[in-house]
Amino acid sequence: MTEEADRGTIVAGSQGFFRGLFKGKERVQEGIAGQKSGLMWAVHLSVAFLVILWVLPTFGLLVSSFRTADQISSSGWWGALFPSEVNEVYRALDPDEFREAADGGFVVMGQLFDEGSTREVVTWGTSSRAIAAFTPGEVADLGDGETITLSADGAYEWRGNDDQISGRGQRMFVTAAAPPEFTFDNYRTVLFTEGSGGGMAKAFFNTLTVAIPATIIPILIAAFAAYALAWMEFPGRALLVAAVVGLLVVPLQLALIPLLKLHLGIGIGKGYLGVWLAHTGFGLPLAIYLLRNYMVGLPKDIIENARVDGATDFQIFVKIILPLSFPALAAFSIFQFLWTWNDLLVALVFLIDASGETTVMTKQIVELLGTRGGNWEILATAGFVSMIVPLAVFFMMQRYLVRGLLAGSVK
Amino acid sequence: MNPALQGILTIVIGVGACVGYFYFANQILDKVIFPARGPNTGRNINRANMIRPWLFIFPAFFALGLYLAYPVVETLRLSFLDRDAGNAFVGFENYAQLTREAKFWEAMRNNMLWLVVVPALSTALGLLVAQLTDRISWGSIAKSLIFMPMAISFVGAGVIWKLVYEIRPDEVAQIGILNAILVGIGAEPQNWLTIPFWNNFFLMIVLIWIQTGFAMVILSAALRGIPEETVEAAIVDGANPFQIFFKIKVPQIMPTIVVVWTTITLTVLKVFDIVFTMTNGQWETQVLANYMYDKLFRAGDWGVGSAAAIVLMLLVSPILVWNVYNARKEMR
Repeated sequence: MTEEADRGTIVAGSQGFFRGLFKGKERVQEGIAGQKSGLMWAVHLSVAFLVILWVLPTFGLLVSSFRTADQISSSGWWGALFPSEVNEVYRALDPDEFREAADGGFVVMGQLFDEGSTREVVTWGTSSRAIAAFTPGEVADLGDGETITLSADGAYEWRGNDDQISGRGQRMFVTAAAPPEFTFDNYRTVLFTEGSGGGMAKAFFNTLTVAIPATIIPILIAAFAAYALAWMEFPGRALLVAAVVGLLVVPLQLALIPLLKLHLGIGIGKGYLGVWLAHTGFGLPLAIYLLRNYMVGLPKDIIENARVDGATDFQIFVKIILPLSFPALAAFSIFQFLWTWNDLLVALVFLIDASGETTVMTKQIVELLGTRGGNWEILATAGFVSMIVPLAVFFMMQRYLVRGLLAGSVK
Repeated sequence: MNPALQGILTIVIGVGACVGYFYFANQILDKVIFPARGPNTGRNINRANMIRPWLFIFPAFFALGLYLAYPVVETLRLSFLDRDAGNAFVGFENYAQLTREAKFWEAMRNNMLWLVVVPALSTALGLLVAQLTDRISWGSIAKSLIFMPMAISFVGAGVIWKLVYEIRPDEVAQIGILNAILVGIGAEPQNWLTIPFWNNFFLMIVLIWIQTGFAMVILSAALRGIPEETVEAAIVDGANPFQIFFKIKVPQIMPTIVVVWTTITLTVLKVFDIVFTMTNGQWETQVLANYMYDKLFRAGDWGVGSAAAIVLMLLVSPILVWNVYNARKEMR
């Protein structure tokens, strides 16, 4: 198949895809065994299986971000919808401080669970070898008249003589049922606590500060160039288009050291200006390529009529080409926004300095993985804070994203 | 200054400068240098029109040159210098050192593994999903959900999958779903990311998870572009669904499959964030891009780092040549 025909296929196909994806009008099947219900069932089931496989990891992280550290470490996220059983060790209050005289001896009374907790004791014990020896309300005999009892709500009474109720508090091994409980505390911690585990709010705004100018600035520069490459005749045009296609695949890793040297040399240093410029440079090939491909396909008549009517190239570009190219502009904006928002490498090299004031979310998460690797409530929440915006952009602008992918699948 | 304010200012200045440049450059060209009046009107208009395209493309190509073309040349130059010896020219010594390092060969081996496995599985799964969802009423929702990981950063995906692979000590409940399943069927939990060699595949799964959606979107469009007559003819001739898929549809979308394959190959060659986030190259999971980052920014060895970058560039260049060749063919 020739290249031309292939492109035609993709374009024609894209319209079909949009029909399916966005208007819900499925093309009537060609009847390939479409009526064989057994096969259709297999198709339904395998698609369902794949979708679950694809969504499950993300869903697990989402659920985890709403659970407390205790819940996360006591059961998998799939257990979040059911009551979970937690095994914990408690100690009664310090007898020397809290004991009260009662019935010729002493008693320490207290409550194991935090106020407002909805936990319930299932079983409990006083020795690590028999942690489920007693049921709630049962009285445990500790010998020589010393007793302790724990009720389901976590209240305990520890009785004995002067000698027994002293020293350290009696240990209790408790198996408690914690009802499913979801909390926004993690988000509060991750967003607003400074220092380890927090500061995502600042990183969020830093990321936004990186992404928006780095999305807007390349568009205009690229649009003019794309117009020239699509609709103006000049020697060397084909060569320049080829150059853009070539630069599309140059790994940006090659640019790190030379550009960092350049930035340090001309005084930009590490900072927002540097990262905006870098993202602009790295985004341009795709921008020019996408926009040129789109502009070439615009109807020739409109542009030539405008020329005949005496419009200058500048007027044609601003009044005709730009408005007509909106879908391509939108597609590139989404790409560039997602890419700059999700980027780690460029920010590491061109933005983040030793002060850490300009850290972005991806960097913050990598940092958390290092320092708080086991704290899944923090990691999951930080991960989701960083994903909210791209996911929203994705679901709202999917049609432009798809269109852009179909037009620019060389990158 | 507040970064947000600085950002807004940059947008205003950047956009203003762009518009200003294009507007005034045109004005100066048309009114001052080659005015469209006087005795040479015709010649002036022609001359202005010869220069205008260059005005339009200058900013873009200046930036491309400075930010992509120049660094390639500069990196090549740096790869022949030794930074510690006052940037003395050392010929191919950096490359020689590269070949003596076990970590480099580990990175090369892993990159090759990635290069084979990820594009193949992503494309195959993408094709499978594209074909299956094409035939069911809720296919668009399914596509949307499988496409979703495209929006998630590699770092975010790293966190998501680290939870999947999480291992806990034997005596407490497993919270990673993989190990929970293993324990559920009575097997020993595994520390997936530290099993040499196989851990590479567990990292690859993350990229496959992300790239399958991309492959699916493109291939789905291509499948729908297949002329219906060819399929109908095959049905009339009594072909079964599998024959139709493999013998009628796949050959017709072969060019698109190649495009998808090479695009994913490019992504794979440059893979950095996933390894950086999940293992940082430990337990024999090093890849070229991360190796290069280590050399450049942790060891400060620009010579060897640049040499590694050039190796990366060489690996990419066949695709570069192929793309340029196709683009030129298309232009003609």
